[in-house]
Amino acid sequence: MKNLIPKTYLETLELLSSGDYRLLAGGTDLMIQRRSWSNMLPKFRKSTLLIFNLQEMKYMFEEDDFLHIGAGTSLEDIKDNDLTPELLVEAINIMASPAIRNMATLGGNIGNASPAGDSLPVLYVLNALIVLESIEAIREVPISDFIVGPGRKSIKSNEIIKEIRIPIKQFTQTKFEKVGGRKADAISKISFAGAVEINNNIIQDFRVSFGAVGPTVVRKKSLENEIIGQTLAEAKLDVENILKSYEPFITPINDQRSNKEYRKEVALNILESFILTL
Amino acid sequence: MASIKFNLNNKETVIEESPTARLLDILRDKYNFVGVKEGCGEGECGACAVLMDGKIVNSCIVPLGTVEGKSIITIEEFSKSKRHKILQESFEEEGAVQCGFCTPGMLIASESLLNQNPHPTDEEIKIGLSGNLCRCTGYNMIIKAVKSAAKKGDGLW
Repeated sequence: MKNLIPKTYLETLELLSSGDYRLLAGGTDLMIQRRSWSNMLPKFRKSTLLIFNLQEMKYMFEEDDFLHIGAGTSLEDIKDNDLTPELLVEAINIMASPAIRNMATLGGNIGNASPAGDSLPVLYVLNALIVLESIEAIREVPISDFIVGPGRKSIKSNEIIKEIRIPIKQFTQTKFEKVGGRKADAISKISFAGAVEINNNIIQDFRVSFGAVGPTVVRKKSLENEIIGQTLAEAKLDVENILKSYEPFITPINDQRSNKEYRKEVALNILESFILTL
Repeated sequence: MASIKFNLNNKETVIEESPTARLLDILRDKYNFVGVKEGCGEGECGACAVLMDGKIVNSCIVPLGTVEGKSIITIEEFSKSKRHKILQESFEEEGAVQCGFCTPGMLIASESLLNQNPHPTDEEIKIGLSGNLCRCTGYNMIIKAVKSAAKKGDGLW
């Protein structure tokens, strides 16, 4: 087992192509998952590459109608950047605590692929793309294809999450909701992100997603398409049917944080309130 | 093992250690900075807070390799500053210290907050201290103490 601190991004790609490594960025999830006793080393099953200090992975800029966020950018830096969409700022504001947000990276929240990761419903709603790079190739995949289950994602062992690309778009209204045991340092029981565009009372765009109510974040474009084109009044009148159409896709579990009945009911209540307050 | 170079309490420091060792263990056991406390060991309580390049981090979940090239300030060094003196007086006056276990972390969180925002509102203080748990005071006194320190120490942050 080797634990290495690559000096450059290129060196990281080379190491990834030559051996089996676990990437360790801020460590705010992994250092706890692999925690051992006090004064003992965390139990990593693989060699690790410590990449938090790679400045090349910390950047934010707009180009070609996309906001580009380096995967190593800390949540606190993303929150404080003027380029960050309000919906993502809202989510980061109630993630963890300042100390954790200073270390936690956006790439890490995606790589951890927890159904309760709070940046994820937002990234689903904003149609974020995940840029994956290896020494041989670079490719981008929609986040909804990248995350395939709890902790599981479609990434090769020689690839790294390099960047998150968010299409730049103005919405009429956005909303992030989180239900947790307390405001700070809480893992979500339910999370929700919504974004709509309304023009002359007609819903031009409608996107909602739910976290912690299934193995991955739930977003249903087919159901969204049924709502797009309706007037606001029509959608509000039809809210019961909209809730019914979402109901089969909200499939939470019981765990130490909450139970499935509560999660389902509250998730649908949040959707109802989102639609009725448009 | 790797050779890790960093600035610890204003001293250039080199240590041969595993890069995945917890910064908390190194600070307490190799350098005897035992003002850095271990509470929960999983980033939730803030008792182990230190400043990394001036910003608060939880040393129980910072891998040592990550401090390469960075500056780490623990409560021991911070307590030599005038800003700490103001905070200490305010904490004492407001009754913000009872058992004292959370206090080093609370002071580090206050310093990190005031560095970024020298005149915080009550709400901003609550957010700034949101990663630090105190089981004695009920928090109101701590919030008052930070507010009072911001006023008394105006210009220091």
